[in-house]
Amino acid sequence: MKQEFKIISNFIEKNTRVLDVGCGDGTLMQHLKQNKEIDIRGIEISKNNIQKCFAKGLTVIEGDAEKDLIQFPDASFDCVILSQTLQAFLNPETVIKELLRVGKKAIVTVPNFGFWKVRLHLLTKGTMPITKNLPDEWYNTPNLHMCTIKDFYKFCHERDIKLNKALALHNEKTSSINELNLNIKNLSAELGIFLIGK
Amino acid sequence: MNKNLNTKKILIEKPLKLDCGQTINNFPLAYETYGNLNDKKDNAILVFHALTGDQFVSGKNPLTNKDGWWSYAVGPGKAIDTEKYFVICANVIGGCMGSFGPSNLNPDTNKIYGTNFPVITINDMVNAQYNLLNFFKIEKLFAVMGGSMGGMQVLQFVSNFPNKAKVAIPIACTSNHSAQNIALNELGRQSIMADVNWLNGDYSNQNKNPNKGLSVARMAAHITYLSKNGLQEKFGRKLQERDDLKFSFDADFQIESYLRHQGSVFVDRFDANSYLYITRAMDYFDLIKEHGGNLSKAFAKTKTKFLVISFTSDWLYPTTENKEIVIALNAIGADVGFVEIESDKGHDSFLLNVPEFLNTLKDYINNSYLKN
Repeated sequence: MKQEFKIISNFIEKNTRVLDVGCGDGTLMQHLKQNKEIDIRGIEISKNNIQKCFAKGLTVIEGDAEKDLIQFPDASFDCVILSQTLQAFLNPETVIKELLRVGKKAIVTVPNFGFWKVRLHLLTKGTMPITKNLPDEWYNTPNLHMCTIKDFYKFCHERDIKLNKALALHNEKTSSINELNLNIKNLSAELGIFLIGK
Repeated sequence: MNKNLNTKKILIEKPLKLDCGQTINNFPLAYETYGNLNDKKDNAILVFHALTGDQFVSGKNPLTNKDGWWSYAVGPGKAIDTEKYFVICANVIGGCMGSFGPSNLNPDTNKIYGTNFPVITINDMVNAQYNLLNFFKIEKLFAVMGGSMGGMQVLQFVSNFPNKAKVAIPIACTSNHSAQNIALNELGRQSIMADVNWLNGDYSNQNKNPNKGLSVARMAAHITYLSKNGLQEKFGRKLQERDDLKFSFDADFQIESYLRHQGSVFVDRFDANSYLYITRAMDYFDLIKEHGGNLSKAFAKTKTKFLVISFTSDWLYPTTENKEIVIALNAIGADVGFVEIESDKGHDSFLLNVPEFLNTLKDYINNSYLKN
């Protein structure tokens, strides 16, 4: 299983209500459902993925996170998950706001555009970086708003969003991110995992 | 009506107070079943039919000799697998396939009811069908499901009986009729009433039949069940068994011929007054108003798990209206799934061979049953 999912799973408490935004084919939901006693829902834009979720017995709603989170009342979930999708939204700032309205907490994971391989690729080749976490070409990538771990970290501070936990992930190894090591983690990690709240 | 129809019936002795104020009792409810009820009695699915449907969901319909209206979805090995589940479907009251309706004889007058039959509602239909649970001694249904007016009955059923179904699947429906829906139904009713043979609803007592009016009503309604693209693809401007236009009012175009055919076969199996009564029931349906303007309240007491399904090309009960149900359920944290199925077959998609729809239904039903 993806290390990212393991960490997300550790962030989630038993007997809680969880929403997976952009749940894809339901892999994470299924994992959480099997390992945690939680009430989990998903919202997903792809019809094909939704069918895969139903085949796994998962409760999923077809919808676009940028438009359809509005249907959920305030604080209707204990935790809302957004796994590697933030960069694909037209307006990530609004989505984050919505996540924190619908959920008491949110787990956001961000592919780090500040990772040294990404930087090196751009520096040496001069073309848009392609890595394990960023596999698409510039012309067909769904990613509209790439950011770095540092960008997201700063964003949370500027918006008074509480960073309950900030972890850096590289080669299946995790370490915490803090003010002091931020520049190093921003260089060495492929993925940032953040547990945020209001 | 179809006097010679051979169908199973239960006689409901218990008085049923209708929304219109009248009380009925000792009335028949015609039904059909498929598959077997297991020992635990936990595999029963109550299917609700749409406006012109009936109890013959699958297999051969004994009246028309055609496949049952939901044959693509219900049967051995199908999405609703009758080798696994016990499927029950009843003809709605107000209908003409054996259940209490306007074509029944009024014992007080010894005449056919016609428009003296009480106006019935979706709520009345559902309350009448609830008697089937007692009849089969089923404590809790595994599922209730249906499309179009069948979906409305699903919503009403869960609202009336919050703990009597584990799963509810309303398909291509709405929580109340839009002005457009009412307008289209009124068009059908007016075409029946404009037929000289309708005789204020008394046609059966006078050995007449408003076939032309009923046929036009069906033709108009049939267009609303399809989509513009679907029609264009199937018929376009193709001509009917001729090389050129005839400069007359014959059915030059295939679409004309098709609609005329739909109208003419419909009158053989459907009662015009039933058409009036059932469309009225659909127009009166308003689960939002029934709950003080808040649809969520309709489902506040239920633990039933919902799957709402709509179709991209359905303009009669569009996705937006189906989504309102999802939103109302989400507002109270109910267990609700939702998917809009891609199809160019219009509102009728739920009755047709739309593999994505049937697969979704199958996966969802089987997974929900597993978790019993």
